[in-house]
Amino acid sequence: MTSNRDRRIVVTGLGATTPLGGTATETWEALLAGRSGARTMDFDWVAKYELPVTFAATIATPPIDVLAKVETRRLDPSSQYALIAAREAWADAGAPEIDPERLGAAIGSGIGGVWTLLDQWDVLKEKGPRRVYPLAVPMLMPNGPAAAVSLDLGARAGAHTTVSACASGAESMGYAIDMIRTGRADVVVAGGTEAAVHPLPISGFAAMQALSTRNDDPERASRPYDTGRDGFVLGEGAAVIVLESEEHARARGARIYAELASVGMSADAHHITAPEPNGSGASRAMLYAVERADLSPTDIIHINAHATSTPVGDVAEYNAIKRAFGDHTDNMSVTATKSMTGHLLGAAGALEAVITIQSIYHRLVPATINLDDQDPEIPLNVVTGEHQKLPDGDIAALNNSFGFGGHNVALAIRSI
Amino acid sequence: MAQSEQEILEGLAEIVNEETGLDTASVEMDKSFTEDLDIDSLSMMTIVVNAEEKFGVRIPDSEVKNLKTVRDAVTFIAGAQS
Repeated sequence: MTSNRDRRIVVTGLGATTPLGGTATETWEALLAGRSGARTMDFDWVAKYELPVTFAATIATPPIDVLAKVETRRLDPSSQYALIAAREAWADAGAPEIDPERLGAAIGSGIGGVWTLLDQWDVLKEKGPRRVYPLAVPMLMPNGPAAAVSLDLGARAGAHTTVSACASGAESMGYAIDMIRTGRADVVVAGGTEAAVHPLPISGFAAMQALSTRNDDPERASRPYDTGRDGFVLGEGAAVIVLESEEHARARGARIYAELASVGMSADAHHITAPEPNGSGASRAMLYAVERADLSPTDIIHINAHATSTPVGDVAEYNAIKRAFGDHTDNMSVTATKSMTGHLLGAAGALEAVITIQSIYHRLVPATINLDDQDPEIPLNVVTGEHQKLPDGDIAALNNSFGFGGHNVALAIRSI
Repeated sequence: MAQSEQEILEGLAEIVNEETGLDTASVEMDKSFTEDLDIDSLSMMTIVVNAEEKFGVRIPDSEVKNLKTVRDAVTFIAGAQS
């Protein structure tokens, strides 16, 4: 097949606000230090509703510390997080002068403005329709974050929202790649955001037994691949990257972190929440990404795995990796950064893309924490203890994201 | 509990500041909500509803379009309170 990389796409800016820090750099440093972002929630609603899970990986830096007060009032938290991460990424890219009609935005979210939706429902019930905030609809709509970023940066090539549960943030990167490859834009600000540390999603995830209930030890609750894993730890935040055609980035002398070489996507069509046990759908996404990046499977030396710390999901992903890579599986260093960040749902794929890009750029893989007793059904070469140095020369990595609904997204990232 | 026009102006300026971030000092009697203060219709509705609660008055939707300047609003609220 012909190369898909005739117009290479590079990463020139990174931004994130996460449970580990208010910026991409703070988050990266916390990952290298092996810190956990999970903590006991001190919100009054935890006791009020007698929630079965009393901890989460909540945002490290409250938006009110960063944004103007009026922005926090007029934007749902999901849009606030996206705006913070997008501004950081844009500044990190050098705030390039660009024709607004050549600048796009693609920001995914898994759940959307759930805080606004349910707060305003309370207002309606308690005070009547006249008191419902006139900005309720633009605040709760799932494309609100993409719109907020587009407005803030003046991105007029298009503002788009990918929605595929926990793959949303990674899928937005795929959308951005397509925007640049098809010539619709030269630069796209892409990422994911989620602000769902709210009693309803927590109750829903808990009802399906997806969440860890290790209430007495939050920092040790997210333990991908460990035999003691009992579910994921809900996180929140946003991560955004600036993508450019290589030509555009080189012409302006931009610092280039890595090449976002391709995206591979597939759907399981198997079950609404359970992954396909043999991993065939996810393996197709990975192999497609490898192929479209002009790589062979043996070129991949590192995977930042989806690895949410659920009993079923971690095994299914291993099966998919083994199916795709066969004997080469043992040669790849794998890390599960959700052990530290928690699971940011629609922002997870974007955050892990940022981390994988940082790993390629710095040639360091952060270690997975809380892996005390590795599940014998998941014999991956997991980085634990100290972070691992990646070799010099041309290297390539994958970042996996999977979402309820059977969405599989794999991103291939190459060194520059 | 009628308030003076100055008290109403100050209260209204706080509401405008809360909703739009505009400095309270910029909310002066002769300023137009739309042309001088750049307040859109959605923000205006929020300001009206918050003013109703703060000043204990009812401002009918049909009246809102007549509130072109800050003075119009202050005068209406003062009249509704008396």
